[in-house]
Amino acid sequence: MNRAARNGGRTAIAALLGVVLFVLLWEGYKLVGSPDGTVLFGVRILPRADDLSMPHLYDVVRRLGRPELAGGRPVWIVVLHACAFTLGITAVGFAVGALVGLLLAVLMQRFRIVERGLLPYVILSQTVPLVALAPLVAGWSGNLSFGPYPWQDWMTVSLIAAYLAFFPVAVGMLRGLQSPPAAGVELMRSYAAGWWRTLIKLRFPAALPYLFPALRLAGAAAVVGAVVGEISTGTRGGIGRLIIEYSREATSDPAKVYTAMLGAAILGLLVAGFVGLLELPLMRHRRRVEVVTL
Amino acid sequence: MTVVRRVLPPIAFGVLMVVAWQLTVTVGRIAPFIVPAPSAIWAELVEQRTNVWNAGLASGLNALIGLIGGAVAGILAALVASRFRPLSEVSVPFAAVLNALPIIALAPILNNMFESTSSVPRRLVAGIIAFFPVFINTLRGLREVDPIHRELMHSYAASGWTFARKVRLPGALPFVFTGLRQASSLAVIAAVVAEYFGGLQDGLGSRITSAAAFTAYPRAWAFVVGACLLGLVFYLSTLLLERLVMPWKSRLIT
Amino acid sequence: MSHRVDAAAPGPERTSPVRAAVSVDGVTKVFNPGRPDQVRALSNVDLTVAEGQFVTLIGPSGCGKSTLLRLIADLISPTMGTITVAGQPAAKARLRQEYGIAFQQSGLFEWRTVLRNVELPLELRGMSRADRKARAEEMLALVGLPDFADHYPAQLSGGMQQRVAIARALAVSPPLLLMDEPFGALDEMTRERLQTELLQICAQTATTTVFVTHSISEAVFLSNRVVVMSPRPGRITASIDVDLPTRDDAARQSPAFFDAITAVRRALRAAPAVAP
Repeated sequence: MNRAARNGGRTAIAALLGVVLFVLLWEGYKLVGSPDGTVLFGVRILPRADDLSMPHLYDVVRRLGRPELAGGRPVWIVVLHACAFTLGITAVGFAVGALVGLLLAVLMQRFRIVERGLLPYVILSQTVPLVALAPLVAGWSGNLSFGPYPWQDWMTVSLIAAYLAFFPVAVGMLRGLQSPPAAGVELMRSYAAGWWRTLIKLRFPAALPYLFPALRLAGAAAVVGAVVGEISTGTRGGIGRLIIEYSREATSDPAKVYTAMLGAAILGLLVAGFVGLLELPLMRHRRRVEVVTL
Repeated sequence: MTVVRRVLPPIAFGVLMVVAWQLTVTVGRIAPFIVPAPSAIWAELVEQRTNVWNAGLASGLNALIGLIGGAVAGILAALVASRFRPLSEVSVPFAAVLNALPIIALAPILNNMFESTSSVPRRLVAGIIAFFPVFINTLRGLREVDPIHRELMHSYAASGWTFARKVRLPGALPFVFTGLRQASSLAVIAAVVAEYFGGLQDGLGSRITSAAAFTAYPRAWAFVVGACLLGLVFYLSTLLLERLVMPWKSRLIT
Repeated sequence: MSHRVDAAAPGPERTSPVRAAVSVDGVTKVFNPGRPDQVRALSNVDLTVAEGQFVTLIGPSGCGKSTLLRLIADLISPTMGTITVAGQPAAKARLRQEYGIAFQQSGLFEWRTVLRNVELPLELRGMSRADRKARAEEMLALVGLPDFADHYPAQLSGGMQQRVAIARALAVSPPLLLMDEPFGALDEMTRERLQTELLQICAQTATTTVFVTHSISEAVFLSNRVVVMSPRPGRITASIDVDLPTRDDAARQSPAFFDAITAVRRALRAAPAVAP
């Protein structure tokens, strides 16, 4: 059994075990926990175990099948639609952010002054909550336009997702482009290969093991950016909005908000899976490098 | 000499950017709802400094409690997982998968589980988000032991506990700090953004949304600057702690 | 493995004094000039390598032998003096790819198969795909690895990787071969075997070779001229002609071999470390 299959199998077992463990913990807590939660020094440190706050997991699953509102579509269809909507936005944001990150990395590798001037900001940008800008960028929609195209809500969300995806890609790709050993660079110089050819034939292939872990991080960041962005802009049709809507009805319909949560989780898994798929053809015979982007 | 060479370009670049920003906004007469001028943001920041401070303290406290809780849990979990080989093999991909999910989306559920006037949901979200980088990195550090060191301790007939104390734990420290660096920033982000999902509104996140709702954009940006400063403080504190605990490390960020 | 001794051994200097393969004139190299970490790596070095010669640069660490090789390869530029390769300035020679180079690390691209690694310089020259493949296969056969064309470098041993690197260096049939301790990371047995193979290849392709090493026996076995260098500052202190009747395994035990080693060792010991 080759390494990829073994890793895949291990992940599947891990996922299965995790789900079982989670179900046990959840239902187990409901059995033993007090319906009012546990209050310590006036602070509730353990959640309420009643059905309103923590519905039975089976109820959540059943809720998926029943209609959203009285006489509406089943919940799982609504959730799936919302997922697809947000997925589209995330994809656009992820692609744009990754592309810009890649270009900036190439620029930083080419010109050391750009690296010295910009890299500290790129690294530090990952330490600050830039996603907090989401409500502010939301003000653009309805008031800006690119010529004939008015700025729409979903563009804001895409922009936020792109913004978050950009940073890990820029840092990871730069490390990758700088990774070839001196012998390799000297070799290309001995072939009188210019900067561009050295980039294409040496630096780019050498950077791939650094790019993919960064892409995974960027994908997860893009999902978070899209969800938070949707909430800040109030964009209809996405999973973020759905989470907020359902959570408002939590007192009357506790299981519904968990279904939306499931949708968000699936979104994250889809993006991670996509990066994993990209990796398959491009990383054969290559070892992976975990790069520290922060 | 080299310190100047390293610090000058980013500072010069930063100053340039702010100046360019100010010029573009004033000359281009760009409305504040798109992007306010740095001067306006600064003015608001000065005027609102008490509010920024108080909100920053609230968010900072949430982030700190979440960070400490998540980091301790992460280190303990890594210690346990590293003891039993099959457990660590399974938990790494599991943690990687969980990390890919938007954990911040748990905020509304947690608000339901606890009452909406509690700070616990935000701290829990920050804690969960902080847990993963610390867990994954610490586990990696504990598992990677230089074979030469292992053989040396074996030749000294060192017991398992001695080996752990003298070799594995100090060897794992750099990895713990790698995880801690990431976790500190993520905790701040989580603490601020969790308020966007409802719940108790006394931190920076709520200030930002309410200012934006009142279209007081320079003020909202001022609070964002406050949040950025908070994130920087956390990150730099982690760097400082790393420098104190590991004085032998020459470069903090590889 | 034939032992046609005369043809296999690198011949004595050809008597065509006009065309030197490599000519180093009054070269000085200073790193980080004007800064506190300034280093005078080479001081007023003169060296002439005739066509077809196998010259080895030997000396202790810091004597500038690798620096000199890199100057010839135009990977760095001299502070003072000129370097001529095949009658042209070193920079031009590099642009026209008048030499092939091999380092201590094989520098193979891990994402390319062995064959594609050897094809690299040909690709950069714009050779057609079919021609490249044929030539690369030819070179792999020359270094004795025809069956490994579709393997990846990670699947090969250190010695085999170096042979691929040599095949790559020779792929463009350069008149000059530059080697910087290529066997330094290998074990003694593999090293001796590769030395013999290298000599055969160089004889077959009539390549001029400049070889850097810190192993006395390697220098004596391979070359017909050993150039001794010493550090602080880097300069040439002696040039010893090595005239072995044969260059095979028997030669490693011959009195002439040991005499030559003694001569080189003496020259290395005697090299004074004097600042100019």
